Amino acid sequence: MNRVNDFAFKIATVNGTGSASANGLLLQAIFRMGVPVSGKNVFPSNIQGLPTWYEIRVNRDGHTARTPEFDLIVAMNSGTYARDIAELQPGGWLVYDSSWPRPKTLQRTDVHTLGIPLARMCTDAFDGSRERILMKNIAYVGALAALIEIDVATIDGLLEEQFGVRKKALLESNYKAVRLGYDFARSNFECPLPIRLEKMSPPDDFILIDGNTAAALGCVYAGATVGAWYPITPATSLMDAFKGFCQKFRHDRASGRNRFLIAQAEDELAAAGIVIGAGWAGARAFTPTSGPGISLMSEFIGLAYYAEVPCVFFDIQRTGPSTGMPTRTQQGDLLLCAYASHGDTRHILLFPADPHEAFHFAAQSFDLADRFQTPVFVISDLDIGMNDWMVPRLKWDDAYRPDRGKVLTAEQLDQIKVFHRYLDADGDGIPARTFPGVHPKGAYFTRGSGHNRFGAYTEDADEYQDVVDRIARKIASAANAVPAPVLRRQPGARIGIISLGGCNGAVLEAVDWFAARGLPVDYLRIRGFPFHDSVTAFLGEHEHVFVVEQNRDAQLRALLTIETGVARDHMKSVRRYSGLPMSRRFVVDGVLEQMQHDDAARQIMAAEQRNGSRMEIPA
Amino acid sequence: MTTSIAKPKVHHPDLPVNAIGLTRRDYEGSMSTLCAGCGHDSITAAIIRAFYELSIPPHKVAKLSGIGCSSKTPAYFLKESHGFNAVHGRMPSIATGASAARRDLIQIGVSGDGDSLSIGLGQFCHAIRRNVRILYILENNGVYGLTKGQFSASADVGSRPKRGEPNRQAPIDPVLLALNLGATFVARSFSGDKEQLVPILKAGLLHDGFAFVDVISPCVTFNDHDGSTKSYVYTREHLREVVHADLVPEREEISVDYAEGETADVRMHDGSTVRLRKIAPDYDATDRDAAYACIRARQRAGEVATGLLFLGEGAPEMHDNESTVDAPLADLPWDQLCPGSDALDRLMETYR
Repeated sequence: MNRVNDFAFKIATVNGTGSASANGLLLQAIFRMGVPVSGKNVFPSNIQGLPTWYEIRVNRDGHTARTPEFDLIVAMNSGTYARDIAELQPGGWLVYDSSWPRPKTLQRTDVHTLGIPLARMCTDAFDGSRERILMKNIAYVGALAALIEIDVATIDGLLEEQFGVRKKALLESNYKAVRLGYDFARSNFECPLPIRLEKMSPPDDFILIDGNTAAALGCVYAGATVGAWYPITPATSLMDAFKGFCQKFRHDRASGRNRFLIAQAEDELAAAGIVIGAGWAGARAFTPTSGPGISLMSEFIGLAYYAEVPCVFFDIQRTGPSTGMPTRTQQGDLLLCAYASHGDTRHILLFPADPHEAFHFAAQSFDLADRFQTPVFVISDLDIGMNDWMVPRLKWDDAYRPDRGKVLTAEQLDQIKVFHRYLDADGDGIPARTFPGVHPKGAYFTRGSGHNRFGAYTEDADEYQDVVDRIARKIASAANAVPAPVLRRQPGARIGIISLGGCNGAVLEAVDWFAARGLPVDYLRIRGFPFHDSVTAFLGEHEHVFVVEQNRDAQLRALLTIETGVARDHMKSVRRYSGLPMSRRFVVDGVLEQMQHDDAARQIMAAEQRNGSRMEIPA
Repeated sequence: MTTSIAKPKVHHPDLPVNAIGLTRRDYEGSMSTLCAGCGHDSITAAIIRAFYELSIPPHKVAKLSGIGCSSKTPAYFLKESHGFNAVHGRMPSIATGASAARRDLIQIGVSGDGDSLSIGLGQFCHAIRRNVRILYILENNGVYGLTKGQFSASADVGSRPKRGEPNRQAPIDPVLLALNLGATFVARSFSGDKEQLVPILKAGLLHDGFAFVDVISPCVTFNDHDGSTKSYVYTREHLREVVHADLVPEREEISVDYAEGETADVRMHDGSTVRLRKIAPDYDATDRDAAYACIRARQRAGEVATGLLFLGEGAPEMHDNESTVDAPLADLPWDQLCPGSDALDRLMETYR
């Protein structure tokens, strides 16, 4: 089997030791070689001293979803040796720091063991404990460069870009550490290994970016001026990035003045209030948060829904419930966000699958919020938000102008006799709004209490219902304004997979895997809520429908059941909720084990067993 | 049937007008639906007078509130202003956002003791810390009215309810709290004393930052009986004005003579002057620590000090602190917001 540009490896370290920069260096070097690559940071909710892993997968066909099948492991953390070694594929390579003897219990006869005395070499070569620790990481980068043929000139180039001439000494140390590892591997092992890299055509049209950075950039490009937030993993880096971009693009050096305002609120409740206040007054405003924040914001979300105030919420989902596992990923907030707050509510949701979509959906969310005068949620997750993804370059159309929806100007207000905030003048369910400070005729009273179509307080049954029915129509009409589903069809497919967000890579790979084995599978990726009409149609078109998602309770399937009227039992569920991203194998296994009475599926399972796969046919 | 009551719009032709040609009626709102004799209605009247006398165009104002009896009142004044009745205790964050978007808005927030000191205590404190520009009025009656008379966090120890046991929990004094948090404008008044209240409200509207006014405002239905420390009778007997504020507009010459040391003039943002006149000889409203000590001393003597109790230095106003541009962020032209495709193309080079 050709393993060039098709393998996965994992680096096990202790957090706070500087391994993040070494791992980033590896990822970026491979990216610059033109090889499709992904990096998954599996890190602890901790500052220093706990185990952390970095998983890199390269795949010449572009399948870079997480895989749990590791061909090589760099085991730098003796505390996790046992489980790290256990995760290695048979015939794989174990790279470990041989400065100290390895316990006998941690031997595996079915793998190749490559001991490199990284700590000892760095102790001899460098002064000072901090530098010795840091350079140990760079030394394994060098060793990997020899073992899997990462282009050393590319690594050197990246180091030079990072440290330049300003940090000459540090640059020299890094060069030296790379060569320590490289030379040791070359002299002691047969390099390269069968799993190795080869340069591919330079990926000029691709970048390496995380979803939070891309989403922040989308906010800047959509003209958001007010950001409010309360720090929370894994959403924090979104506001950090927004601040950085605003300082670059919206800071007037001459006057020292800013064309943005970021408020770090006292809690998520206040963060929600600030963006609602700003949206009400006419600014584009957003708050990045995660599940616990959405829980706290729910009261305010209901107000914005009922009082019809545009505002944007980014939910960078993490593992729940409660505090859960703050540094692990999940899609556990789907139901929460779809109907957040008490009473009858329903919200517009956007589901980016990667940082490229995170950028565009972030920008689009402000148009949707303004147009429909309602909260809009961009539902991302830790995997999309915090990991670097190789995606097409972000591009911007300069012809774009924000869709502010129906906002009456002073001139328009001058010409009308009277303004009523909640009057649906043209029958599309969306009334006109006004900003404060513009015109005396534009004044109205915004309230979360019962109000009639004229904006006046009411406790009248008909008047109340008139308004909430119109809002329901308004939100329903957003189904065809949110990004349409992406549909991949194959002739003769009896199986249909529905999924969303960060599952995309794994599902695409699974679909290809099935196709290569003669089983056509259709795939519909939902990108927005309320659901597009084509979602219901897709459910009806397939004999077997699988809903692939990352939560325990099949929340997407529940949402589909509620919203489409298709029976729950018509949809089979494939769910991963361990906190780790979805993988191709998980999707394949999940589909096959529920297809055991299907001949085509049984044939695939039998073939897999003959090939020595771990797959088991259920009894 | 609509459940709010509009006021008749007929004006007497001889009604006096202010500098922008509006009558006092132009600053009114719909009819109050509060109980007859409610202190809050007197405060509403004082608010109307303050805006009228300052000749503020109503549409330049945002009036905000939380939830509760007090929070209903923005419907009763300034019908030509945008109003925002937020959720319970969360008006300060709405005001923060609105101010962030439009720094030129004149904001007035009306809250109550339940809204600001219990459910919204956090937002109240942090809006002060952020020094958001707003005149923030706390209509303080010591009880929850809409839910029928439970004690609030401002109820004094020993104050008796209409039925049941006296309050035993220590009160939160919003004035001392605001002083502690670094508020730059702190006042206390009484709904029944317009001569004191109106100038304070006017000064507060001109203040460049968070202007806090605690107004004792008796609840005639649930807290106006013997044994209550927030009744009309008790309030009149125990309030002591320690300092009197007068607003001297920029265009008027300061002509009143006071004996030296009795007054302090504080220049406001718009160029007008607040003249602080000592009623209690030992009171200095420009010294935060001294003011705090005097208010505490009066409290120990069973008295409630009133007046514009502190006006002075503190944190910069939110926009000054954030160095935002002078133009409202909500009105910035597109080319000042979107960096454009060339900038994005250049930026993308750093993600390779």
